[in-house]
Amino acid sequence: MHEALLAVRDLKIEAKIYPQGEAPRDVTIVDGVSFKLQKGKVLGLIGESGAGKSTVGLSALGYGRGGIRITGGEVLLNGQDILKLGKNGLRSLRGAKVCYVAQSAAAAFNPAHRLGEQVIEASVEHGIMSREEARERATYLFRVLGLPNPESFGERYPHQVSGGQLQRAMTAMALCPNPELIVFDEPTTALDVTTQIDVLAAIKHAIEETGVAALYITHDLAVVAQVADDIMVLRNGKTVEYGTARQIIEAPKEDYTKALVSVREMQHEEAADQTKPLLKLDNISAAYSNVVQVLFNVSMHLPKGQTLAIVGESGSGKSTLARVITGLLPPSEGKIVFEGEDLPKALAQRTREQLRRIQMIYQIADTAMNPRQTVRDIIGRPLTFYYGMHGRKKTERVAELLDQIEMGPQFLDRYPAELSGGQKQRVAIARALAAKPDLILCDEPTSALDPLVAEGILKLLMRLQAETEISYVFITHDIAIVRAIADSVAVMHRGRLVRFGPKHVALSPPFDDYTDLLLKSVPEMRIGWLEEVLKTRRMESAGN
Amino acid sequence: MSESVDTGILPDQKEPDLSYRDRFPLLALIIQRLLLSVALLFAVSVLIFGGVEALPGDFASTYLGQSATPQAVANIRKDLGLDRPVVTRYFEWLGNAVQSDFGTSWASRNSVSEQIGKRLGNSLFLAFCAAMISVPLAVGLGMLAVHFRNRIPDKIINVLSLAAISLPEFFIGYLLILFFAVKFGMATFPATVYDSMTFVERLKAVALPVATLVLVVLAHMMRMTRAAILSVMSSAYMETAELKGLGAFRAIVRHAAPNAVAPIINVVALNLAYLVVGVVVVEVVFVYPGMGQYMVDAVTVRDMPVVQACGLIFAAVYILLNMLADILAIVANPRLRHPR
Repeated sequence: MHEALLAVRDLKIEAKIYPQGEAPRDVTIVDGVSFKLQKGKVLGLIGESGAGKSTVGLSALGYGRGGIRITGGEVLLNGQDILKLGKNGLRSLRGAKVCYVAQSAAAAFNPAHRLGEQVIEASVEHGIMSREEARERATYLFRVLGLPNPESFGERYPHQVSGGQLQRAMTAMALCPNPELIVFDEPTTALDVTTQIDVLAAIKHAIEETGVAALYITHDLAVVAQVADDIMVLRNGKTVEYGTARQIIEAPKEDYTKALVSVREMQHEEAADQTKPLLKLDNISAAYSNVVQVLFNVSMHLPKGQTLAIVGESGSGKSTLARVITGLLPPSEGKIVFEGEDLPKALAQRTREQLRRIQMIYQIADTAMNPRQTVRDIIGRPLTFYYGMHGRKKTERVAELLDQIEMGPQFLDRYPAELSGGQKQRVAIARALAAKPDLILCDEPTSALDPLVAEGILKLLMRLQAETEISYVFITHDIAIVRAIADSVAVMHRGRLVRFGPKHVALSPPFDDYTDLLLKSVPEMRIGWLEEVLKTRRMESAGN
Repeated sequence: MSESVDTGILPDQKEPDLSYRDRFPLLALIIQRLLLSVALLFAVSVLIFGGVEALPGDFASTYLGQSATPQAVANIRKDLGLDRPVVTRYFEWLGNAVQSDFGTSWASRNSVSEQIGKRLGNSLFLAFCAAMISVPLAVGLGMLAVHFRNRIPDKIINVLSLAAISLPEFFIGYLLILFFAVKFGMATFPATVYDSMTFVERLKAVALPVATLVLVVLAHMMRMTRAAILSVMSSAYMETAELKGLGAFRAIVRHAAPNAVAPIINVVALNLAYLVVGVVVVEVVFVYPGMGQYMVDAVTVRDMPVVQACGLIFAAVYILLNMLADILAIVANPRLRHPR
C-alpha cells in the first residue's frame, strides 16, 4: 500500500486558559490522536463540542485558533511534517494544498468583495493558475455544486445569496486551487435540513468529481455516515473509536459510540384523546411593524398535559408564533383561547395570573439569564413575583425545583458561567416551572446542545409532564425530536400551517409536498441513505 | 415543486408599487441624511440666536462704558434695532444669513461677511495643513500598531499618543514655542500671516500651530483606526484569509481595510471638524488671524452679529463634515451599494 496522503501521529495540542483568580495554565485539548487518510478518501471526525475535532482538523493546516499550540506529534502531508514548516512554508501550503471550509460561510466570506473574486483569490495568489483559468474553474465548480447561473454567480456579493448557496460557494473556494486535502468544519450544521441535503449532496458530488481527500468534521453521525469512508469518534480530545464508516454505524464497539448511534431512537407514545384543548389558536395572522406579514391564518390547538410540536425551517414563522402566544407580538387577526377564555392579545393587557400560566424556555439559555445572578436568584425571581415568597420558604422551594431538574442544592450559589450548557438549560426549565405554569413554550431548547445532553433534557421534560400534567408547545426543526416527544404535530412553512394533527396522522402518508420534502431530508443513521434519496429524486424528476 | 409552494405567499411583493426607498436604498439614505442636516442646521441657528440673546451683559453698556446714560443706551439699542421683538430679529437675521449676509459688526462697523471670508480662509488653510499631515499619519500608525499589536512598537505608539491626548492644546502650543521658536530658533512666532506673504512663507508661519493641531487630533484618530482594524481582524473572514495562505500585508489591505473604512471615516471626519472648530485656542496662542480669534475678540466686546455668524459657520462645518462621513460610510457598505 502506498504512503498515506495525510498521516497524523500521536498529536498533542494544548491551550492556555485564564481561569478567574488563578494563574494561567495549560490544558490539553487533544491527546494522542493518530489517523491516516489516503488520497481521495473521506475521514469523518465526530464528537461533541469540546471534543477537539475542529482543533484536530485545523492542525492539518498547521493552524491553531487563539492561544492553541500544537505541542507534540507529527502531521505528515505526503510524508513531510507540516509542523516543522516555517511561516512561509505554511503559507504556501494553506489555500494551495490544503483548504478549509468553515461552519458559517456567512461570516467566513468577506462582505466587501464579490464571491467570484474570493473564490479564485487563493489560486491566483499562489500562482497555481492565471486569473482567467481560475475564473473558468470557478464557473465549472459552481456548476458541479449546483449553484444557479454558474456563469454570473461570482458577480454577486455574499449578502445577495442564500445560506445554502454561500456554503456551496465556500466549498467551491476550497476546491478551486485543486488542493489535495479539504477540511470541512461542520459545513451543514447552520443550515436548514432541506438545504443541508442539497449542500451535502453537492459536497459529496464535488469530492467524487475532483478526487480530493477530505476531513469531514461534524457532531451529527447521521450526516457523516453519508460522506465518510472512515470515521473517528473523539471525546475530550482522545480517540474513542476509529474504524470504517460501516463498522462505526452498524457495529460500534465502545459504549460512547453506541450511545451516539442510538441517540435518535427515543420514542413517545402519543395521547389517545386530543379533543379538549387547553390552548387554541384561531386564525392567527401577524406582522412585524404592520408591514412584513409573517403568519397567515394559523389555527391549532393543544390539550392539557400533552405536547404540540411545531416544526419548520428558519423563516417559517414558528418562533413568531411563540411570540404571539406570549403576547410579545400581538396578532393582527385571530384570537388565542386559553382554557376556554380569550387571552388579551398584548402582553400589557394580560393579568399577572394569565402571565403566570404560560412560561417560556429559550434556545440559548446563556442569553436568557442574567450572568450576574446566581441560580438561587434566577429561579427565585418568579417565586417572589408570582407567589410573594421570601427567605427560607423561597430557598426551600428553589432547592425543591433543583431537585426536580435533577440538580442538587450545591448549585444554589453558582453563576450561569459556572454551569455547563445542559445545566443552564435545566435551570431555565426550573425557572419556568417555578411559576407552576399550565403551559411551557419551548423554543428549540435543545438545538444548541450536544446530542446526548439534548436527550437528557428531553427525558427530563417528558418526566415532568408525566408528573405534573404540564403542556408543552415545542418548537423545533428536528423531526427526530418530534418523534421523541410529540402528541400532535404542526408543520409550518413560510408563515403558513401546512399540516396539523395527531402525530401518527401528521407523520404518515399521504403527505403534502412540503412535509414530504422535510421528512425525506432528515438524514438517517445508515450508510447509503443519501444515495437512495438522490436516486428517488432523480426518478421523480425524470417522471415529471 | 418548491415553486408551487412559493407562489402567492407574499402577494404584495409582486405589485409594482415599490417606493423609491426600496428601489434606490442608497439614494434614499443619502437624501434622508441631507434633509436631516438641513433640519439640524436650522435647529442650531435657533440655539445660537437664543443663546447669544440670553447672554448677560449688553453691547450698548459695554461700548459706552462710563458714559452709559439711560438715554445713550436707548439710542444705541434703537440704532441697532434691538428694541424690536426677538422673533422678528431672528427671522430677519436668518433670512440674511441664508444669502450669506451676516450684517455689520457693531464694534467695527464693517461687513461681517467680508471679515469672516478672509479669516475663514485662514482657518481652513490651517486645518487643511493639519489634516494633510495627521490623517495619513494616523491611519498609517494605526495599521502599524495593528501589525505589531501588543509588541514594543504598538506600545510605544500607544503611550506617546496617550501622552499627546492628555496634554491640553495650549500647553503643547507653548511647549513648541519654547523649544522651536525660543530655544532653537527654528520656527517663526507669532504665526501671523498677511496677504503679501508667499505660499512658502505662509507654510513656515503656520508650522507650529499645525504641529500643535496634529499632535492633538493624531492620537484619537490613530487609536480609533487601531480599534476598528483590530475588531475586523478578529472576524471569521480574516481567518479565512489566513487559511488561504495570504500574506499579512495582502490580508490587511485587501480584506481588513475595506471593512474598517466606515468607522475610520467617521473618526476622521469628527477630527476634521474639530480641526476647524477647535482651533480657537490654538489661534489665540499663536496670534493667528483666523475665525477662532475673531470670535473670541467679538465675545469680549459683546459684538453679537460676529459671534452669531461665527457660531453658525462653525456649526455648519461640523454638520457638513459629519454628514459627509455618514454618506461615505453608507457608500462604503456593500449591502447598500448592491441591494439584493
